Order: sequence, then structure tokens, then C-alpha cells
Amino acid sequence: MTATDLHELSLGALASAIQRGEISAVETARHYLDRIGRHDAAIHAYLHVDAEGALAEAAMVDRARARGEALGPLAGVPIALKDNLCTRGVPTTCASRILEGYVPPYDATVVQRLRDAGAVILGKLNLDEFAMGSSNENSAFGPARNPYALDRTPGGSSGGAAAATAARLAAGTLGSDTGGSVRQPGAYCGVTALKPGYGRVSRHGLIAFASSLDQVGPIARSARDAARLLRVIAGADVRDATCVDHPADDYEAACGRDVRGLRVGVVRDTLGAGTAPAVSAAVEAGIARLAGLGCQVHDIELPHARYSLSVYYVVASAEASSNLARFDGMRYGLRVRGDDMRDTYRKTRAAGFGAEVKRRVMLGTYALSAGYYDAFYLKAQKVRTLIRQDYARAFERCDAIVTPTAPTPAFRLGEKTHDPLVMYMQDIFTLPPSVAGVPAISTPCGVSPDGLPIGLQIVAPFLHEARLLQIADAFERAGEVMPLPPLTEVAHRSGAS
Amino acid sequence: MAAAKITLDDVRHVARLAALDFSDDELPRFGDQLGAIVAHIAELDTVDTRGVEPTSHPLDVSAPLRQDLVVPSLRRAEVLTVAPAQARGGFAVPKVLEVAPPGAPEDSGTTSGTS
Repeated sequence: MTATDLHELSLGALASAIQRGEISAVETARHYLDRIGRHDAAIHAYLHVDAEGALAEAAMVDRARARGEALGPLAGVPIALKDNLCTRGVPTTCASRILEGYVPPYDATVVQRLRDAGAVILGKLNLDEFAMGSSNENSAFGPARNPYALDRTPGGSSGGAAAATAARLAAGTLGSDTGGSVRQPGAYCGVTALKPGYGRVSRHGLIAFASSLDQVGPIARSARDAARLLRVIAGADVRDATCVDHPADDYEAACGRDVRGLRVGVVRDTLGAGTAPAVSAAVEAGIARLAGLGCQVHDIELPHARYSLSVYYVVASAEASSNLARFDGMRYGLRVRGDDMRDTYRKTRAAGFGAEVKRRVMLGTYALSAGYYDAFYLKAQKVRTLIRQDYARAFERCDAIVTPTAPTPAFRLGEKTHDPLVMYMQDIFTLPPSVAGVPAISTPCGVSPDGLPIGLQIVAPFLHEARLLQIADAFERAGEVMPLPPLTEVAHRSGAS
Repeated sequence: MAAAKITLDDVRHVARLAALDFSDDELPRFGDQLGAIVAHIAELDTVDTRGVEPTSHPLDVSAPLRQDLVVPSLRRAEVLTVAPAQARGGFAVPKVLEVAPPGAPEDSGTTSGTS
């Protein structure tokens, strides 16, 4: 096996090669760290690279192997994490000045599970501040860029995670998805990205944005790779009372199963005027591919899905305003000293939060304030029930639902920052499954005439992540592999440590 | 639903609740953007939700219980390493009020943070 092959190995193949002793974990880590050193300056997927930690973890795996110990399913596999996941001893900033320099004293549950499986953590990935955004342009430390076109967004908020996965700067990554933040960047960067159903994966240690919507999700180069990551992180956690008490399925076993006879519902509305022609064309071709695999395709409607954007912006902002109250300069993070405690809160938050975060905190505070709670928050939660019911009804007649993941391919940096509402529209197809709490995946289904990746979103009923992976895997194997992004080598950036 | 127009006073009030300081030129811009978003959200008023229960969790999970066992938590020293200021094993924070209101009893022994 040559060095150039190493980053082309799937997660499963890499883990097997390390298990068999064909390559060492240290060699694998060095290979990925070297790639980061050469290519990340142009992409800025990483906010922090933990070379020392990664090599130490890799060495531990090699020693365990030499002693003949049993190795975990991700032993030696280099993974990187969105920087809103707490990593003990490793800076965690949420791409915000208010947490600049913050080093958590604990690991998120999903991080602990990755470590227990033997994964090597390469570092922390760029995102929109506090996961609020759809382009990674809201990062306080500069945007990440799309490896397929460096003047374009990788999507958001898990832009760094999707970009790193596409550019092979990690074997797989974890992002988080609240309204589309794993799926949309997955689509823009041509990789597979899964949002589990709500409660499938523990949120302990995921720095909270919207507590009734947030989910940690894997971003990987294939459904099969995503399946292995999900298997490791899924399952109830005593530290997260919102987890569903349902054991994780064997997601990898679901890959490879025949999809013949599965009923697929197409939301015809999503292929109309609001969607770029290149996207509609690629998605139609994707639907034809599913039909070719033996799926029974028919049109369906989700009558209340169009209200998802409004529901989301009320619910998510309201919950964010509550969750972000903890950033007050008292116990961690930035402190800007004021005349007294409250003045310190105000000055700290004014200095520490970016504009989008402030906007959502304001919107959420407004929606929850006296006199407005019923009109906004309660009303939105009721419309949310109607959207949930639309899905439940649709799933009586189909096993999975497909739409485009995003209405356009990746847009240019700066193109949509002038108007918040315009940016919010990027999530128009990913929002309904988020609001309903059901699992959804984005898988690459083609490229635009400019060579920009396009994603197909598949949605399944609650607790049916295995079915999503089964369909995505069959779909991927029946199509062409996404061409690698053309990577530029830029001189070593001294900040990448 | 709410008033279609958000006044500058509304924005100031919300900023106070949210513990956010805005400069005089920032405030109108935030007010306008907020107003535009709220105007869009008003479409929810047109949806008939009579008899519909609100959703907060897709599954009806009522508060799960666990055994009331004492298990190790975070160690104090580790937690305090990230504190902006610490004193006597705790977080040192600015006084709630710098000046006691007239007639209030004198505050004794509150830690004054050296931040």
C-alpha cells in the first residue's frame, strides 16, 4: 500500500488495514497531518490541529495492537470534530470570540465514544458561530472554503467538517445539525452527511444551540463510512435525558441490502421554480437511479412543510436565547469588565457575540418575552405538530421521502450575507425534517455544469436511520464516485497547530 | 400575533432582557432586521391550529428516571482553570451592585473579583 493510497481508503478498509498491521496508526495520523499542513491553509477547515494529541493516541493504538489486544471499530482512524463538541484539554470555541481560548474540562459523550472505539482525534473544525448559519461565514475566525471552488462556501454551519471530509483532511468527521447544518454542507461539498432522528445521539457536551432540534451527525465519504460512525456514537446516555431509549441498530449491516420494492415519495414542490435547474436535473436523475434499483416512486405532498422556516426561526431562536444566556463572562470564556455584574454581562456579550448570534438571541428573547410567548413560541410548536403529522401521514404510503438537499449548489462567499432572510432560505429543504425530528441524509447525486456538487436528501421515519443508510448506500454504489476536489498546496501556515 | 412594527423602544427592551449592549447606530439596523424576520414569521398566524397540541419532543418522552447514586463529577481544580477569575475555591465575579440602594443593609464579606 503506497502513501498516496492511504487517504483514499474507506473508514472500514483503513480500520481493517490497521487491525491487520499492514499500516500503523502513527503512519496514518502522520499522513493526514501532513495533508492538513499542505492543504488546509487554502481551505481553513481547521480551527485547531492537535498534532501532539493525535500522534499520542495513534501510538497507543499501535502499542495495543503489538500487545495483541482487541482493537475498537475505529482504532487508528483519524477523525476531526466540529468545534462545538467539547474535547477535554483541546480548545473548543464554537467559532466565537466569547469562547476564544476556552479549554473544556470534559469530553462530549460522542467524543468519549469515539475515543473508546480507538479513533484518533486530529483537531477541531470551523463552523458558523454557535452553529448559527448556512455558509460558515459567521465564524469569528474566518470562513472555511469549498474545496471544489475556493471562492465559494462549503455550506454551514458544519462547513469545516464537510470541507475536511471532501478534501481528505480527515477520514471522517462529526458535525451537528439543527436546521440542516450537516446535510447542506454535505451537499455543497459532495459528501455523505446524516442527521439522526432527534434523541438518537447524545447531546451531552455538544454546546447547545436549540435543545429540541440539535443532533450530532457524521459526515463521511460514503454511507457505509457514515454508518460505522453512527454505530459508534448512537445510543442512550444517562447524561442526556432527551435521548430515546432504543438501542443502536447495526447500521453497517443495513448497507448492502437490496432496496427493491421500497416505496419512495418525491415532494414534487421541491423541484419547482425555487430550485436551480442544475439541482432539479441532478435530483431527477437521482430519482431515476432509485427507480432503476427497483424502488417504487410516486409524488407526495407535505402541506405544512412550507411553514418550517418560520417555525424553525421562532423555536430555534427562542431556545438559543435561553441556551446562550450562560455566556456571561462569569465562569468561562471572555470577560469584559463592566461597572457591576449585569454591566459585565452586557459588555462581555456585546464584545463576544457576532451579529448573527445577536440577531437570533434578540429574536428569541422577543418571542419568549411577556405577552408574546403564546403568539410566537406556542404557536410555532403547534404548527410543528402539524408538520410532524404531515410526515406521519406520508410515511403511511412510502418508506422514504426524497427532495433536493439545497435549492442551489454552493454560492459565492459574500453573495448572501446582505440579508438574513435570504441566507435562511438555503435551509428550505432541510428544515422540515429537522422540525419533525425525523432522520435525514444527504448523498451526492451529481454536479452542476460548473462542477459544483449537488446533494439528494432522503428522509425516513423516526428511528429508521438504518433504512436511510441502506438506500443511500445502494444509491451511491449504483452511481459514479464524486471526483476529488482539485487541491492546491499552500505554504505551511504557522497558525495550524 | 405581535405588532407588525417593532419600535426602537421594543428593541431596547429586548436588548436589556437579553443582556446585550448595542451602540446607537447598531440599534436601528438590528431593529429593522428583526422587524423583517418577525413580519415573515407572521405567516404562522394564517395556520389553523385549533385543537392542536404543541410539540417539544418528537417522541412523547416524559422525564426518565435513574438511580439516585453519587458518582464522581468534574474536579473543582479542573473547572476553575477556565475561570476568568477565581478566589477561595470559587468563581470570582463582579459585585451584583456596586452601590447599595438607599436604606439597604450593608453588604458584608462578598468576594470582590480581581478581574
